[in-house]
Amino acid sequence: MDKLLIANTVSKSFGAFKALDNVSIEVPRGSIFGLLGPNGAGKTTFIRIINQITMPDTGTVILDGEPLKPAHIRNIGYLPEERGLYKSMKVGEQALYLSQLKGLSRQEAKTRLKYWFERLEIGDWWNKKIQELSKGMAQKIQFVVTVLHEPKLLIFDEPFSGFDPINANLIKDEILRLRDEGATVIFSTHRMESVEEMCDHIALIHQSRKILDGKLIDIKREYRANTYDIGLITENPVEVTAGLKARFELLPTQFKTINEELQLRIKLPEGVAANNLVSHLTTLGTLSHFVEVIPSANDIFIQTVSNSKNFN
Amino acid sequence: MNHLPLIIKREYLNKVRNKAFIIMTFLSPLIMVGIITLVAYLSQLNNEKVRVISVLDESGLFAEQFESDDKLKYEMLSNTSLQEAKTYVEEAENYGLLYIPKVDSISSLSNQITFYSEDSPSLVVMDDIEDAIEDKANMMKLREVGMDPERIKELRIRVNTNLETFSGETTSKLGSGLKLIFGGIAGYLLFMFIIIYGNMIMRSVIEEKTSRIIEVIISSVKPIKLLLGKILGTSLAGITQFVAWVVLLGIFSMVITAIFGIDPAAVQQQEALAQAQAAGGSEELIREIILEIKSLPILNLVIMFILFFVGGYLLYASLYAAIGAAVDSETDTQQFMLPILMPLILAVYVGFFTVIDNPHGTVSQVFSFIPFTSPVVMLMRIPFGVPIWQQIVSVLILFATFIGTVWFAAKIYRVGILMYGKKASYKELIKWLKY
Repeated sequence: MDKLLIANTVSKSFGAFKALDNVSIEVPRGSIFGLLGPNGAGKTTFIRIINQITMPDTGTVILDGEPLKPAHIRNIGYLPEERGLYKSMKVGEQALYLSQLKGLSRQEAKTRLKYWFERLEIGDWWNKKIQELSKGMAQKIQFVVTVLHEPKLLIFDEPFSGFDPINANLIKDEILRLRDEGATVIFSTHRMESVEEMCDHIALIHQSRKILDGKLIDIKREYRANTYDIGLITENPVEVTAGLKARFELLPTQFKTINEELQLRIKLPEGVAANNLVSHLTTLGTLSHFVEVIPSANDIFIQTVSNSKNFN
Repeated sequence: MNHLPLIIKREYLNKVRNKAFIIMTFLSPLIMVGIITLVAYLSQLNNEKVRVISVLDESGLFAEQFESDDKLKYEMLSNTSLQEAKTYVEEAENYGLLYIPKVDSISSLSNQITFYSEDSPSLVVMDDIEDAIEDKANMMKLREVGMDPERIKELRIRVNTNLETFSGETTSKLGSGLKLIFGGIAGYLLFMFIIIYGNMIMRSVIEEKTSRIIEVIISSVKPIKLLLGKILGTSLAGITQFVAWVVLLGIFSMVITAIFGIDPAAVQQQEALAQAQAAGGSEELIREIILEIKSLPILNLVIMFILFFVGGYLLYASLYAAIGAAVDSETDTQQFMLPILMPLILAVYVGFFTVIDNPHGTVSQVFSFIPFTSPVVMLMRIPFGVPIWQQIVSVLILFATFIGTVWFAAKIYRVGILMYGKKASYKELIKWLKY
């Protein structure tokens, strides 16, 4: 697949502290790319390097086939985690100023702003000062300013913080729509449910190093552990459980069904097919539930991070 | 796409539209004119009151000596005792009672005269009285030994040294005073400008940090451009305010003069006139002043004023911006303010004490080359005639240092604006320089 952004062995130190250590990341065009990692892992530094706010010590970044250069600023829209607006400036004026800094002409910026303001139903805020708006309202304006110059690459750092669920959903839909219209999105967040929902690709940075990346679905395949949640309707659950415990590794589980049944999570040894388990279970009772346990992004995150901690 | 004009425009408009800025622009000259008017009015009020001094002269020597004028009236008492005279003066609420006892010889007068009053009398009045008595006593003493006081007065020689430099420029003490005023105004103006608008730049940097907009901005603009735009925009706003102050001062004082008939400038004029009379006529003085001003190196002064003003201001402005970037809130700026204010205050100090005393002494010379003090000190020295090469070297040093501080400030700025919640120490700042 075509890559919009390629970061090649990027390193960056601040004094003695190594913020990024040989990080290589490839972001496919038209994807939503989740950049994950615990606090202080180096995500923000990486994003700042893409935005040319900080220069890498070593390594290169290639955007759309060219090494990163100042003119690329127009092709990037960045919503930082630490974000704000001038408090004493009027909304419209401020949005115009920020879009002009991104290279839009005043007229062009005005037309597009009107469109977006109407779209997000904030048209009547034009002459209000930022200090009169709530945090969520200000966030909406920041979102508009970020996407207004129609950049090829959009970078959102915790885009949903400060939004109520309705507006968060609105913004989520807008991001998905922008992706469908051809933009590539880098998305940094701690909210794993939005990663699950939106990201096609992810990269996990931990302690300045990239420890995992790829298509989310591939990663999930890699992380599945041949584990199944089963529901079994049986006369004597204690006996059945003891029997199963002797043959398989059992884990605690809980899921919702409408039956009164024995609920178990069973981890099969490598190489054993699910079919074998099913045929064995049917001899013990009525099989009411059989689902492969797919690792969630959250599980993968926690597992990888704590594994890599053990290495150090 | 050039962002700089855009940033300058925003910074400028943002400052100029600020309510506090507008209020201060109008209020400051109003307060100034108000205070001057009040002082003028009060001193006029003070002067209008006629002070009456009663004189009890038992020696009978000084009857003709005290001349009343519109402010001070002498009233001669006779045929009363000192006790009666005191009671009378107290009841009449006169300013005081001057008592001259009967004496055997004139010499013994020196410490026998007493002035009685409710409160301590003004020094000026006492000087007048003492002068009058001394004059008379001296004259009588001279006559006693057979000399003619009138003749002695005629024979007295007054010395007024003519000053001339080796290159042939003539100057005078009056000229020196004028030079001091020119230099002082220039130096003080720069000092005020740096403090007021340097602080404004610092606050505006801090505002961008606390409102968290900074990262949004520098993802589209290079920090150095933002820094420059900020300094230039704020400076333009500063110049606007300064010009507005001058214009408003003029308008307000005209209005005040028209309404109350009190001319705030008249107070100074009166003093100047008094001096002029002492120097022998006001017309001559004015002619002299004009001559002196003409002999000042005006062109040199103006060019250097602009160069030093711009250089000095930018030098300090970039440091103020760096401080703003290094801290999280205005309360944290204290520890960094001292190193900025020290050289500034030192410069004014050196300017107003050392330069006045000796414009070309070693101390004055040294400080007029050190870039952090040179703008103020050199500006004060130039009216006294500084060799062109010295001026040029000083300007070059100043601008070279300016480039250095901008580099330094830009480094701090670039790192500092993205540092939140980290208390910056000097050690930390040095580390930032290496990032």
